[in-house]
Amino acid sequence: MQFRAMRIPIETVRLTNGLLVTLSPDRAAPIVAVNVWYHVGSANERVGRTGFAHLFEHMLFQGSADVAANEHFELVQRAGGTLNGSTWLDRTNYFETVPSNQLELALWLEANRMGYLLPAMTQEKLDTQRDVVKNERRWSVDNQPYGTWWERLPALTFPDGHPFHHSLMGSMEDLTAASLDDVREFFAAHYRPDNAVLSIAGDFDRDEAVTMVERHFGAISSGPARPTLPNMSVPETFGLWKREVVEDSAMVPRLFLAFRSPPFGTEGYYASSVAAAILGSRKGSRLYRRLVRERQVASEAQAFTFDLSKGSDLLVVDVTARPGIPADVLEHEVAVEIDVVHRDGVEGAEVERAVAVIEADIVRSMQSAGDRADRLSMFATYFQTPELVNEQLARYRAVSTTAVNAFLRGRLGENNRASLLYVPRSSTPSEYAEAAISEGAL
Amino acid sequence: MTATASPRLPRPVPGPARDYHFPTFERLLLGNKVAVLVAPMPRLPIATVLAVVDAGAGWDRPGREGLAQLVAKLLLEGAGSRDGAELADAFERLGATVESSADWDAAVLSMTVTSTHIAPAFALFADVLRHPAFPEREIERLKAERLAELLQLRAEPRGLADEAFATALYDTSSRYAVAEGGAKETVEMISVGDVAGLYGLRYGPLTTTLIVAGDVTTSSVMKLAKKHLGDWAGNAERGRPSTDKPARTTPATHLVAKEGAPQSELRIGHIGVPRTHPEYFEIVVMNAIFGGLFNSRINMNLREAHAYTYSAFSGFDWRRGAGPFIISTAVRTDVTTDSIRQVLREVDRMRTECVSAEELSLATSYLDGVFPIRYETTAAVAGALANQTVYGLPDNYFDTYRAHIRSVSADSVLATAERHLDPSRMQVVVVGDASELRGQLQELRFGPLVAYDLPSEA
Repeated sequence: MQFRAMRIPIETVRLTNGLLVTLSPDRAAPIVAVNVWYHVGSANERVGRTGFAHLFEHMLFQGSADVAANEHFELVQRAGGTLNGSTWLDRTNYFETVPSNQLELALWLEANRMGYLLPAMTQEKLDTQRDVVKNERRWSVDNQPYGTWWERLPALTFPDGHPFHHSLMGSMEDLTAASLDDVREFFAAHYRPDNAVLSIAGDFDRDEAVTMVERHFGAISSGPARPTLPNMSVPETFGLWKREVVEDSAMVPRLFLAFRSPPFGTEGYYASSVAAAILGSRKGSRLYRRLVRERQVASEAQAFTFDLSKGSDLLVVDVTARPGIPADVLEHEVAVEIDVVHRDGVEGAEVERAVAVIEADIVRSMQSAGDRADRLSMFATYFQTPELVNEQLARYRAVSTTAVNAFLRGRLGENNRASLLYVPRSSTPSEYAEAAISEGAL
Repeated sequence: MTATASPRLPRPVPGPARDYHFPTFERLLLGNKVAVLVAPMPRLPIATVLAVVDAGAGWDRPGREGLAQLVAKLLLEGAGSRDGAELADAFERLGATVESSADWDAAVLSMTVTSTHIAPAFALFADVLRHPAFPEREIERLKAERLAELLQLRAEPRGLADEAFATALYDTSSRYAVAEGGAKETVEMISVGDVAGLYGLRYGPLTTTLIVAGDVTTSSVMKLAKKHLGDWAGNAERGRPSTDKPARTTPATHLVAKEGAPQSELRIGHIGVPRTHPEYFEIVVMNAIFGGLFNSRINMNLREAHAYTYSAFSGFDWRRGAGPFIISTAVRTDVTTDSIRQVLREVDRMRTECVSAEELSLATSYLDGVFPIRYETTAAVAGALANQTVYGLPDNYFDTYRAHIRSVSADSVLATAERHLDPSRMQVVVVGDASELRGQLQELRFGPLVAYDLPSEA
């Protein structure tokens, strides 16, 4: 019944070693999701070790005291489960969804690597994963049009030395420099029960699950106090219009226009999230309607928030030019639309559309046990309050047009813009020869 | 580590799995022969509605490739009394997510909406399906957007590789030689008359199946369907266009130049088999072992043993006609040829040696066990029913799927690999730094080396 009212059951348990556990049973289908968030990401890397948090995530699939390299994948898939991990600026997560009779296997695997990773670490494994990650970098960043945007944008919008400034994927040099000592240090500092949240969502018995969690995780120690992050705070606005122009092997210009916005989860965040949806979520949004449909200067237009919970969040507008539209025209056309909402605000009907769209997205995401577990871990990690999962609809519904317009007036002005403008490299080919130019039997 | 506990426990042994049944669904027919499938899933107040129309890209006539997909997309660009912007606004204000597209075998209009708004959303949905306006301005805009997409592909190695692979596999007379969305010269040719013509020929009650999964009852769906689709008239009939003639029957290596590329995108494979092939389950299990799972042979070889790549996988692209079998990866430029050799070696091994009991049980227990996890959402259940409709799978397909998977043996995997992995007609496509690759690939001697160029803008 709770589910139909869009509220999920939530219970939290804290083990004596500091591990925060959130439980959300739902017996409808014989499926259970296990999700672990470690409160560590690229922000925690030291100078000269960019990319290490992500490389470390790869190492967590290379086995632990009782699990062989890549056996984690094999055991979960053999159990009929799905799994993965991901690294972000300020957190790393690991997750499995398995048939409910395999819950204990998933917990055992997560506990084994949380407690007993280091015995399995070898130089050879590190070397292999370093090369795999370098290939990942080539594939997702270096050999993709605009592929560098997600390291250039944080570098442009957070000052040098700020934990969010440097590349999450890391530089080739820093990846090369990473050593087994780094693995040991990083593990001791960050991969510990008091820096983690474990969430279980789906088909399980509450008491059985708590017993299993205590059995598998209870003896893992947290060790001495963990290093703290430096001060993350930055001013609310950039104070100027920052601009970077990048030549790239792309065919058409693309603009990322970022604004500093209130951190994820704060009162002001919800107005900025609604503002992002008004500007660029779906085809009914302002930027799509104006730039793609009416002006026809863009082929794609979207806006979103990064959802950073520390220091400052970013609201990002992302617009790709139609062929033939020069970069400066694209930038001007986007600026005109931003100037209008900054100056005049938006209508109540636009707020209603945006909230309806966000609400539908939230309801849709509640269907999957894995998504529910991940959101529980997120709110537990950032705010120690997983119950916030159930407050999101109300928080969005409470956003007024006045609040959205105050946000637009305060944060979308020329003193708070950072544009990252991609322009085609002059040598980028414009046409593709369909015909073979040479063919010879060898 | 503290000495207070001997914390490491043995690997847990699972208890029995709880029963799972794919959501029960009912099949009904409106008076005008619109087929209706309803799968009630009342847990959350949400529902997915699909109109699956036998109007996929397979129906494009030569010279107009891309038309079926354009028509499907245009449904949402104006219908009844509303233009495209008004339609988007009306759907979104109801919290409805709506999309339309055409793949090879069907055009699909899909909507996910909270069940409280399903009645007004369904009225809009039916309007879009039955009364599209096809305004010339929107036709021209969507054509221009497809051309923009094609232009952007020129700098996108993955897209380039997929495109070159389709050309390498299929004869120019086959629809599969050109992507669903069409090529520059075919999209440019599409006229207002073509759009209205294809709609008139392929959209109608006899070619449409309505699928609803979620917080609905059969009677509530039938009431909406009768009201909004019951008087839809038309005589377009279901059929099956011909689509899958091969381009060549002997191996070749195709090199697409992308100067300065830090990696080579590889596509290796040949034409596979249609979705309705009787060995479907054997092929699925065989492919899982070969390149479907993380612990598959090619991923373990290219990623974990050699660290040549971030990821390597393979798959059969299931269509009504024979879609491609594709091995896909991106590797460091200097190990391109060795990566291809490793892949060919794995193909050979798959065809000549029986898979181990461990490999077989990993694949079958994964595919068996993961089945309930695939159908958590209303969209996934509706999508499964759409597949069942498009490929004419039996009504007990979902109830027997897991038993079919479990019954696949190591011997049948070997026999299937011998029949369906065929080095004698394999095509290798490489997108990468041609000046570095040309010498390497000549040494490979895998059929003739065909080079394609990307001339610079001069």
